[in-house]
Amino acid sequence: MTAALVSAPRLAAGTLAALMSDYTFRTVALGAAIIGLMSGVVGCFSVLRREALLADGASHAALPGVVAAYLITGSRDAAVLLAGAAASAVLAAAATVLTARRTRIKFESALAVAMSVFFGLGLALMSYAQRLPGASKAGLARFIYGEASSIVMRDVCASAVLALMLTALVCVFFRQFKLAAFDPEYAASAGLRSGAAGGALTAMTVAVTVLGIQAVGAVLMSALLIAPAVAARQWTRSLAGMTALAAVFGAVSGVAGTAYSSLREGVPTGPAIVVTASVIAGVSLLAAPGRGIAAKLVRRRRLRRRVLAADMSVPEGLGRTPPDVSAAPEQGTHLVATPDGEGRPAATLDGEGRAAASAPDKDGRGGGSDAGGA
Amino acid sequence: MPAELEIELIAVMTAASCAVCGSLLLVRGMTMTADAVSHTILLGIVLAYFAAGGLDSPLLFLGAAAVGLVTVALGELLVKSRLVSEDSAVGVVFPLLFALAVILITRYASSVHLDTDTVLLGELAFAPFERMTVFGADVGAKGIYTSAGLLALDLLFVVALFKELKTVSFDRTAALVMGFSPALLHYLMMALVSLTAVGSFDTVGSVLVVAFMAAPAATAYLLAESFGKMLAAAVTAAAASAIIGVRAALALDVSFAGAMATAAGLVFLAVLIAAPKRGLVGAYLRRRAGKRPR
Repeated sequence: MTAALVSAPRLAAGTLAALMSDYTFRTVALGAAIIGLMSGVVGCFSVLRREALLADGASHAALPGVVAAYLITGSRDAAVLLAGAAASAVLAAAATVLTARRTRIKFESALAVAMSVFFGLGLALMSYAQRLPGASKAGLARFIYGEASSIVMRDVCASAVLALMLTALVCVFFRQFKLAAFDPEYAASAGLRSGAAGGALTAMTVAVTVLGIQAVGAVLMSALLIAPAVAARQWTRSLAGMTALAAVFGAVSGVAGTAYSSLREGVPTGPAIVVTASVIAGVSLLAAPGRGIAAKLVRRRRLRRRVLAADMSVPEGLGRTPPDVSAAPEQGTHLVATPDGEGRPAATLDGEGRAAASAPDKDGRGGGSDAGGA
Repeated sequence: MPAELEIELIAVMTAASCAVCGSLLLVRGMTMTADAVSHTILLGIVLAYFAAGGLDSPLLFLGAAAVGLVTVALGELLVKSRLVSEDSAVGVVFPLLFALAVILITRYASSVHLDTDTVLLGELAFAPFERMTVFGADVGAKGIYTSAGLLALDLLFVVALFKELKTVSFDRTAALVMGFSPALLHYLMMALVSLTAVGSFDTVGSVLVVAFMAAPAATAYLLAESFGKMLAAAVTAAAASAIIGVRAALALDVSFAGAMATAAGLVFLAVLIAAPKRGLVGAYLRRRAGKRPR
């Protein structure tokens, strides 16, 4: 695990040395790293809450807000445009939630309607804006595919401040957020306001998504939230570890993607960042110890060999003591919810990253500290 | 035929075939698949373009549809490994394939007709310029024939397999008992969705594909009481949105795809508010009247 963790930054470090003298690269890479870091942290919660696709919806739905803000104010200042983006993303999210709650249409379908219609509206507005005198395409089109090179030092400072605030929020309310992600019913019954925590998490997702659009674009932003979280999930069983690791993966993707696109002519930054993040996720899914696909295959083969070699003659006390083939139990399978003595389930992650209750002997009692033992 | 009429015809038929696919997706709760597939087919188009060396090969069509299927299969594989949840699996697979396609285009194919704006918006405005000729005689725009072919394929599929589709979508167990394979039908359906997305996106772009797979089906879902009626309502809603959208785009001089998507959204919004049984107003009035909520 540590080897893989260290080697990625080291690889990037070699490239960085050649690029570090370039001011533009430094700025863009720093900005991308900060955005990647925030996406990693927030993405963990979206993935665990099964809201991963919400980011996709929010980033598409932000487009009409960007163009409308430009049309109304005439300014191409990033702050103004992002405010418009946030407004329309929130509007779309509200419409989605309302539709899903009040009609028979499911959340996923409602989201697909809202995001595609908002995006279409954004494109219509954009084709209108482009005909206006003085409106060049360059300022607005970057929000579709992203244009990391448009990041300036002021953007970096602004996102750094936001990143600090987000990190502080996550640290202070970690317990609440964890319960909101794993077991909202229990949180409510314990008197914690999980509705508020859930709302805060959704708001954070939208905020990070909107901020990231400038770097990686509306179409690909969701990957930056999901891929680092999925990758981090494979290496650890504790939520704190997962969040920290996802932050690292996100930041590394940002820097490595920026470096790759500045070294190769004609490779756009946003897609390069997304490909980096996806590669990290793919390697993690394959090679993570214990949970990874490779480890699973090895374990299965060993198990088969042992079962074949095992003495299958039926001893006395049939069925009570099956042959010992479970020395290496499968991780990541569904565990049956067995509340411990206090009647509160100890949270761990099951195979799908969803809340499941584990045996109560781990240190994660009641979700007080880390989720489950490592 | 005047160019406006040709555009309108292409728009209506494309919208209708997307609506048919969208209805199939919606009743199975898979609408976001349309989003994923309509993006990743770009990778298929790019790869087939490199293989065939041109944009006019039927290889393009098949390659793109194949990558659409690969997207679905990869997502399902990830879910089956139980390492990733369903929505995250989609969220990991499709941006990767799309990002690869964008990189390939900007790096190697930026000089050709394939550019990233076309991908999103399509070229409905230029569709009348591509003519279909039979024995040297002009018989109309090419797009008319592509979209008509697609619509015919979609309708044929639904009509021929209506009972099977209904059973698989609403009662999986019964389908298994009756002896037809849900998995086979599922992949046939995904192939149809991919093909429709590929055939449509050339003229109207991926935005419109998603919008017309999502919005008319959702509109119909609020109105119809049976699967057959839902399909009919979805096609009607799609055709109406397409006509409104094209007219609005011509009047306001904005992008066709954008205006059509917006029109589909407005039609959905109107039905969402005012649908007799399941609309927001109806639900509100019934709640106030103290009857059992829907």
